[in-house]
Amino acid sequence: MDEPTILLGRLGMQALPFYSWVALCGALVTVGCGLGFLALVTWLGRWRDLWSGWLTSLDHKRIGIMYVILALIMLIRGFVDAIMMRLQQALSYSSEGYLPPEHFEQIFSSHGTIMIFFMAMPFVTGLMNFVVPLQIGARDVAFPAVNAISFWLTAAGAGLMLISLVIGKFSTAGWTGYPPYSEVRFTPGVGVDYWIWSIMISGVGTTLTGINFIVTILRKRAPGMTLMRMPMFVWTTLCASILIVFAFPALTVSTAMLALDRTLGLHFFTIDSGGNAMNYMNLFWIWGHPEVYILILPAFGIFSEVVATFSSKRLYGYTSLVYATAVIALLSFTVWLHHFFTMGASANVNAIFGIATMIIAVPTGVKVFDWMFTMYRGRIRFEPPMAFTVGFMCLFVIGGMTGVLLAIPPINYSTHNTTFLVAHFHNMVIPGALFGYVAGYMYWFPKAFGFRLDRTWGLRAFWFWAVGFTLAFMPLYVTGLLGMPRRMSSYANPAWHPWLILAFLGACLIFLGIVSLGMQLWVSIRDRARLTDATGDPWDGRTLEWSTSSPPPAWNFDTVPLVAERDTFHAAKQAAQPMPHQPADSFDMPKNSVSGILIGLGGFWVGFGAIWYIWWLAAAGLGLIAATMIGRSFAEHTEMRVTPGETGDVT
Amino acid sequence: MTMLSDTQTRSKESESDFGFWLYLMSDAILFGLIFATFVVMSPNLAGGPGGRDLFDLANLTLQTGLLLASSLTIALAHHTAANGRSIAATVFWMVLTALLGAGFLVLELRELAQFVSAGAGPQRSGYLSAFFTLVGTHGLHVAAGLIWIGTLIVQFMLRPASPAVLSRLARLTLFWHFLDIVWIGVFSLVYLPELI
Repeated sequence: MDEPTILLGRLGMQALPFYSWVALCGALVTVGCGLGFLALVTWLGRWRDLWSGWLTSLDHKRIGIMYVILALIMLIRGFVDAIMMRLQQALSYSSEGYLPPEHFEQIFSSHGTIMIFFMAMPFVTGLMNFVVPLQIGARDVAFPAVNAISFWLTAAGAGLMLISLVIGKFSTAGWTGYPPYSEVRFTPGVGVDYWIWSIMISGVGTTLTGINFIVTILRKRAPGMTLMRMPMFVWTTLCASILIVFAFPALTVSTAMLALDRTLGLHFFTIDSGGNAMNYMNLFWIWGHPEVYILILPAFGIFSEVVATFSSKRLYGYTSLVYATAVIALLSFTVWLHHFFTMGASANVNAIFGIATMIIAVPTGVKVFDWMFTMYRGRIRFEPPMAFTVGFMCLFVIGGMTGVLLAIPPINYSTHNTTFLVAHFHNMVIPGALFGYVAGYMYWFPKAFGFRLDRTWGLRAFWFWAVGFTLAFMPLYVTGLLGMPRRMSSYANPAWHPWLILAFLGACLIFLGIVSLGMQLWVSIRDRARLTDATGDPWDGRTLEWSTSSPPPAWNFDTVPLVAERDTFHAAKQAAQPMPHQPADSFDMPKNSVSGILIGLGGFWVGFGAIWYIWWLAAAGLGLIAATMIGRSFAEHTEMRVTPGETGDVT
Repeated sequence: MTMLSDTQTRSKESESDFGFWLYLMSDAILFGLIFATFVVMSPNLAGGPGGRDLFDLANLTLQTGLLLASSLTIALAHHTAANGRSIAATVFWMVLTALLGAGFLVLELRELAQFVSAGAGPQRSGYLSAFFTLVGTHGLHVAAGLIWIGTLIVQFMLRPASPAVLSRLARLTLFWHFLDIVWIGVFSLVYLPELI
């Protein structure tokens, strides 16, 4: 590599992906999609609408929708990585396969990074953004401008992730980036730096989201909505937000220290000069384990909403669900060491962490029973969100049981780093988290756009996903027990080969599941007249978001609802009464602001500059962020007064 | 209408205060983890110099004195502003706080530069990596606080009566006290054991 220059750092022609046709195709597709989008907006002449309606909007619903769009785009990118890996392992018995090992390593690293940070996190954050203020009867989140900053920092991280496909190479160190391998001595180049900066920048955005939602939920609920009257999704969002605020500093610290090691030659995790690599594992998983619950608790909340609505019954065991959620949140900080039982801590330490891990299965089990009892003797409607929920309950329990197995240190020693582990955590995050997000997407879509998603394609998507998941990951349990390590680009054991072919077929079914999701969206937009919902309450819902119009006005509720019990809206419908509400009033709503997108841009410059050692760019990014924050603090009249009814906008 | 507007403003400020407390809790975890890392790394001298060979009690006393004094002056700034005393007094205390904070930073940077030139830079050992990172993270916070104070001084002069500016000063005061508490942690965990 050439000596770094001041203007371009270590960026040069060698960064372009002409070294392999697979990488070149990836880069061309990425650039093509980006240019295609720009061309489309220009051709439609919609730049102004895009700018003022979306990019600078502080409306939590719009920001939520942008998060979900980002998540769906990244889902496709992460899935392409996944099916490439499955294809490689299906082909690479006693051969090289079609990917060189170094490229295979980049793919499993970017797959994990994308799916956790840029698919799951934006998806769940988007749903939280869209739904929570509506469910608590609020007109906005507590800090709308901060909310936009959170989104744009996440988008900046995702942008770095995508651009790594075009300029330079991505990390080969896995989504966890363990040192000493991820140190500059063993992995020079920009890959690990791309990984570090994309997740650190989006992590700052996530921390702000956590703060925003704690304040929103604790301070902006409608009159009468006591804590124990909050919908379950609000409770799970609250617990996940508390986890975010307390866990994400650990991610910032671990990645910042790794960056210091790599960029400035410090010795936090190196194998020489007094570094301590195991300290990284501790720091990383002090964030990493709560992160699992940050992803899954809101999904549990969605399942709770969906199961009550589509069973046409009050949620069974609400109080126990609240306490189970809180207990899971608390315990999630006490189990991080189970990610590295083989580190060599004493038997007693391992035993304590093993037992703490198993205890988490108890509140989780409580939840599963609550959902089943909610369905029991209910009038169940098998709409797509409900199908995903039932599928979750069946599949998730399997993952839970293998989790308890892995919590036993002696068993963990023999399955450590095998595909058994890979199967286990996919069993948690696909049926557990992703099915929940997809259920939430289909459940709240009519609220966001005023028409339902097509039922047939939704059910097709469910069956492809559920069967595809089973076929893709159950074989990995088997190969894990047969001793197959994870992340192998080729192997010579004939016993694994048939199982890996099966797993590839499973991935193909999941591909059809993703196609079905796309078809569902396409068909529904085409047939939106047929699927229109004029009532605002297409599912006979129970919670406040269904009491307003679809799509809701920018201020959510013309009059603030009054809450008298947990399912006030449902009770009002039963009694054939209108929803009780406060008298009409005037209130302030935030105007659009460019601060979010500017800070996101600054974050992107900081990251790109730090990755390529283009220090003037990183400094300019910091300057842009600081200038934007200071400028925003000087801005007056950032709000406008709204009086519903006067605008003629009221339904 | 005015009444309503006032309550809305007040509730917005209290939301901002609550949010800022949450940020401080998050930041406290961040420092806590760096402290923990420092403790883990403190025996890892790798044959390099330790705190005993490097630290200078006089410099440390002066640094600590400046920072503690700045905590008093920022409290006075907030006190005068909150009681509606003259803007000049508020601005005076804020300027004094900024000077004390800047003095602290200068002394800190001078000390760190001395270490580097004596061959005890952060690249020397795990211990020094952790030391520089802990002290440097605190120093970065102080520097950010200085930018914040500068901005607020200007805003106080432009809009002396704005409740929003007063509420920002309250949060800056919290932030500044927080940095003081962290420094007391640095003082007693990093410096003191080496100097006694």
